[in-house]
Amino acid sequence: METGTFKVKSGLAQMLKGGVIMDVVTPEHAKIAQEAGACAVMALERVPADIRAAGGVARMADPTIIKAIMEAVSIPVMAKCRIGHFVEAQVLEALGVDFIDESEVLTPADESHHIWKHDFKVPFVCGCRDLGEALRRIAEGAAMIRTKGEAGTGNIVEAVRHMRAVQDGIRKLQGMPVDELTTEAKNMGAPLEVALEIHKTGKLPVVNFAAGGIATPADAALMMQLGADGVFVGSGVFKSSDPASRAKAIVKATTHYKDPAVIAEVSKALGTAMPGLDIKTIPPEELLATRGW
Amino acid sequence: MKIGVLALQGAVTEHMQMLSALDAETIPVRIPSELNGLDALVIPGGESTTISKLMSDYGLMEPIRKLAEQCFPIFGTCAGLVLLAKRVPNLEMETIGVMDIEVKRNAFGRQVDSFEANLEIPALHNGNFRGVFIRAPVVEKAESDVEVLCKLSDKPVAVRQGKLLACAFHPELTEDLRLHRYFLDIIKGDTDCKK
Repeated sequence: METGTFKVKSGLAQMLKGGVIMDVVTPEHAKIAQEAGACAVMALERVPADIRAAGGVARMADPTIIKAIMEAVSIPVMAKCRIGHFVEAQVLEALGVDFIDESEVLTPADESHHIWKHDFKVPFVCGCRDLGEALRRIAEGAAMIRTKGEAGTGNIVEAVRHMRAVQDGIRKLQGMPVDELTTEAKNMGAPLEVALEIHKTGKLPVVNFAAGGIATPADAALMMQLGADGVFVGSGVFKSSDPASRAKAIVKATTHYKDPAVIAEVSKALGTAMPGLDIKTIPPEELLATRGW
Repeated sequence: MKIGVLALQGAVTEHMQMLSALDAETIPVRIPSELNGLDALVIPGGESTTISKLMSDYGLMEPIRKLAEQCFPIFGTCAGLVLLAKRVPNLEMETIGVMDIEVKRNAFGRQVDSFEANLEIPALHNGNFRGVFIRAPVVEKAESDVEVLCKLSDKPVAVRQGKLLACAFHPELTEDLRLHRYFLDIIKGDTDCKK
C-alpha cells in the first residue's frame, strides 16, 4: 500500500469535481453545508469578508475549530495555511485535514517562496490569476488549482478575469509551435516541463475550481460555463440572509450549470445576497489576489 | 451501446472517456428523462452525500432503483458502491439500495490514509489491477448471492450481483480499461438476475 502518491492526491480533487466547497466557521455551519449538498467544507475561524473587515494578521485557524468541524461532518474538510508557512501546513496535516489551501486570504508568511508541496501526504490547492501562476504551483506539487478571484467581496469580476486568463494561456500554449515554448514558458514564469505537457494535452494536469467572489447561483453557473471544474463559495453563503437555501441553490446551479431553467428556479426567493464590494474602491495594498506570485 | 453516466457530481468525464475508448456511446444523466433508452448506467466516484441529495432532489432515486430491480446493468465506483448498497451504517441519506451488501464509508481513514495497492481480480484477464483508494469504503458483509471479485486485507473491494457491479476503488483514475470492459461484457451477457 502506497499512501500520499500524486495520483491519490490529485484523485481526491477529481472526486470533488462538479461540486461546491463552502467556507464554514462552526460545526453547525458545516452541517448546513453538508445538508445542502456541499462536496467539502473549508474550516475557518472567520470567512474572508470578516478577515477583510478585521485587518491585521490572518493566520491558520485554531485546531479546536478545525477538529470540531471534522467531527461534525463526513464530507472532506479543508483548512487554510498562510502562503509559505510550511509549519502551519505540517500542523494541518497532523490534524488529519483532507486538503490544505495555501491561501492568499491569510497574511503571507513568505513573500518569495510558496510551500514545497511534494513533501506532504495531504494534497494542496493553490490560487492563481493566470496560467503561469497555476503552473508554478503545480510544479511545487499542488494537486488542485483554483482562481484567486477577490475573496470576501461578493464580486465575481476577478474570478472571471482569472479563469479567462488561465483558459487563454492554455489555448496559447496548445496552439504554439513547440520551438516557441521555451520563450513562452520563460515569459509566463512557468517551468518548461509543465508547459510542454499543456502544449500536448491542451488541459491542466490537475482539477481547476473557481473561487473568490461567488455570491449567487448564477455566479456559480457562470464560472462552470467558463470552464471551472467546480466552485468554492467563501463568504457568499454564510454572509447572506438565508444561508441554508442559498447553499442548496448554489449546489443545484453548479450541477445543472448548463440549464438556465433550473438556475432560474433555484434563484427564486433566496433573500439578500452578501453585500458586494466594487474592486476599484479597495486600496491596492488591501487586495488579496496580489499576494503570492 | 448507450451508457449513461450519472453526472451530478464527481469523476464523470473520466468514466465517459474510458467508455468512449471502448466504443460505447455515453450520455451524462442529470434528470430522470435522460435515463430513457439507456443500456446501462455508471455511478462515478464523488461525494456520496452530495450525489445522494441531488438524486433525491431531482427524482432519480426511484427510477434507478426500479431499473436495477429489472436487471438493468449498473456499475458503481467508490461513492457508487455506497449508493448501491442496501445497508450503510451511520448514513444520514438515502441510497438506491439494490445490492445485498453492507458498506462502511471511509473505512481506511481520512485522505492522508488514501492509497494505491496492487489487487488481484481473477475475473479479469491478467488478474493484477492497480487499485486507487481515496477515502474509500469497504464491503463489510456480502450476502451469499453476491460474488466477491476482489479482496483487500480480507475485505471485499469489488463485488457483483447479477448485472450490478461495484468497487471501492477508482478504475476511472487509471488507464486500465479492463474493469470497464468486464462491465460491457455484463451488459451484453445473459445473466439471470432472479435470485
